[in-house]
Amino acid sequence: MQGVQLAELVQTPPGVDEAMEAVAGFDAALADGLSRLGPRHSEAVDALAGAVSASPLGAAAADACGELAVGSISDTELSALAGARAALLGAVHDALLARLDGALGRTRAEWEEHPADAQEPPANLLAGARSWLRELAIAGWRGVDEELVSAADQTLEALWAEPRLRRLAVLLDGLAAELRVSCPVATMERIPERRWADLWTRAVLLAHSGSWTGGAAAVSGRLLPLGVDVHEHGTAVQAQLHAVLEPRGDGPVRLVRAAVAAAKVDTIVGPEVWDLLSGHPTLLAAIAERRAVDIADMPLTADGDLLWDEERAKAGEPADPFATARVRLPDAEAPAVAPLDRHPVRIAEPVLVEGYKAKRDGTFDLGGAAIDVDADRLPPSGPLTPQLVNASTACIGLLRWDAGRWTLQPLAVRSVAKKQPVEAHNGDWALGPTDPKAAKALARSGSAVAVLTERAGKLLRK
Amino acid sequence: MSSGEAGWEERSVARIVPPIRPRKLAKVPFVELAEGRLQGVVSSGSSATRVYVSSIEAETHDFNCSTNNNRPCGGAQGSFHCKHLKALIDEAVKQYGLERVARYLKVEAAEGDDLHSLLNGKLVKAPAAVVFSRFLRHLTYLKVPAGSEPLPEMHWFPALKAVH
Ligand SMILES: [Zn+2]
Repeated sequence: MQGVQLAELVQTPPGVDEAMEAVAGFDAALADGLSRLGPRHSEAVDALAGAVSASPLGAAAADACGELAVGSISDTELSALAGARAALLGAVHDALLARLDGALGRTRAEWEEHPADAQEPPANLLAGARSWLRELAIAGWRGVDEELVSAADQTLEALWAEPRLRRLAVLLDGLAAELRVSCPVATMERIPERRWADLWTRAVLLAHSGSWTGGAAAVSGRLLPLGVDVHEHGTAVQAQLHAVLEPRGDGPVRLVRAAVAAAKVDTIVGPEVWDLLSGHPTLLAAIAERRAVDIADMPLTADGDLLWDEERAKAGEPADPFATARVRLPDAEAPAVAPLDRHPVRIAEPVLVEGYKAKRDGTFDLGGAAIDVDADRLPPSGPLTPQLVNASTACIGLLRWDAGRWTLQPLAVRSVAKKQPVEAHNGDWALGPTDPKAAKALARSGSAVAVLTERAGKLLRK
Repeated sequence: MSSGEAGWEERSVARIVPPIRPRKLAKVPFVELAEGRLQGVVSSGSSATRVYVSSIEAETHDFNCSTNNNRPCGGAQGSFHCKHLKALIDEAVKQYGLERVARYLKVEAAEGDDLHSLLNGKLVKAPAAVVFSRFLRHLTYLKVPAGSEPLPEMHWFPALKAVH
């Protein structure tokens, strides 16, 4: 990414500010609860419905406002409002991504629905989730106490046991944990209104019909890693590899992702999270050793996710991610985004930046334009530190957008120390820490995974 | 990303749950601040299937310690903490930090204070079953059947830098 491209990227597309204002109004109403809307919140909810009035959601959203006004809050109203909010943020996502594609000259595939396996999700579990989400909406964040959070316990336990509803389980467990530590929420100085409304909205959509992960088509070819993005909350971890796929035979070179995830508990932290993903040794080796992977007939969804299958992957030659980013990334075709996944938080576009000046204020100056580097998003499971980022001269990162601002999330940095090039990648420790200090710290605390797995084996046998 | 920042309410991504610190789990595999108590499970040392369930109430600081089969612990009596309760407090402070544990238990404590000596409750019988079943539920996360779907919702939950 060049300075001129960045300068174009950061121009806010028309309509984004207005859409975010409508979203913010609804989020404030949700914080106080939808059961007793005062004039200000009523107006805000009407404005949200008004913003989608010309869309297919318009009628349902308008009806929902009418029902809320007379104090009726059922799943129908909540789904309509969640749908309206998601549609607005989807539009913001689309505008931002189009701006990004334009600025970077990135081509993107058209959305193409692959039919998914038709399987009915367990209706009782979805109903349980909806009922808790309704209670939250009625109480508002300010009305949340420990009792209301605990009311989700049984639903959560059942959701986790159902692999088809993993997305919902992971999301609701993450939200419940945040609410639990914030109880009673009424005493919080500031409430993360946007965030919790985001999580609530997505959960309402997922609790409506279960996951919408689409069907997939088989692909073969050579996968060249760019970098790893690690996601984590108390009870889940996900490592998402961004890579370039050189398909065997015809077809464009593509930008793809491969994500593997596992359930965990909060005491498993730092480099140990990789142990939970050890069922994917080929993927982890490719990440840790920076190797290409030969894949054969691996399923790829329309939105660019390889459904990772170790049986269809073979570790290949060493492949330098910086070389891939320099040579292959500029011409790779980016995937479309599934309509219901469209939300600004989901924007995570890999870029290579070089020849910048790392400034003291935490930005990279690309000459004429500067971008904030997200120094919080440096996973404890890898070697990247703010010091390495500040000393770097080249960086593979993800472009992200939050609260009106673009940031760069580093996945890998290159710098020069004692005249030798030094690299650090998020996934370097995927097979165990390579840094002696981190290895020692891990040895000192002992393996949490081993201790807990042993206990689970003994106590949960019956 | 802290809540002191301007515009924090408009952020989709923010750290809400304070990070917890790694610690050795062999002796005290489970600690939590929940249900108005600091509670957890302490290894017995002699048997792998028998454990002690220890808990301390917020505010009153009344405590209890018994085996998971509800057999009272001989060490916890009157106003005396047994070694299990001491271990529970020590490990909780390692995991959450003194400030967070003290705040939950509603006790005034400054960095460097010995939290154990500030808790002046008495032994009050409490059933161990609830805490023990929460421990079992905690362990079931390690037995969760694997899913194959990517989890787009995890973009709301980035792994964030450790805070020391
Ligand atoms: Zn005891």
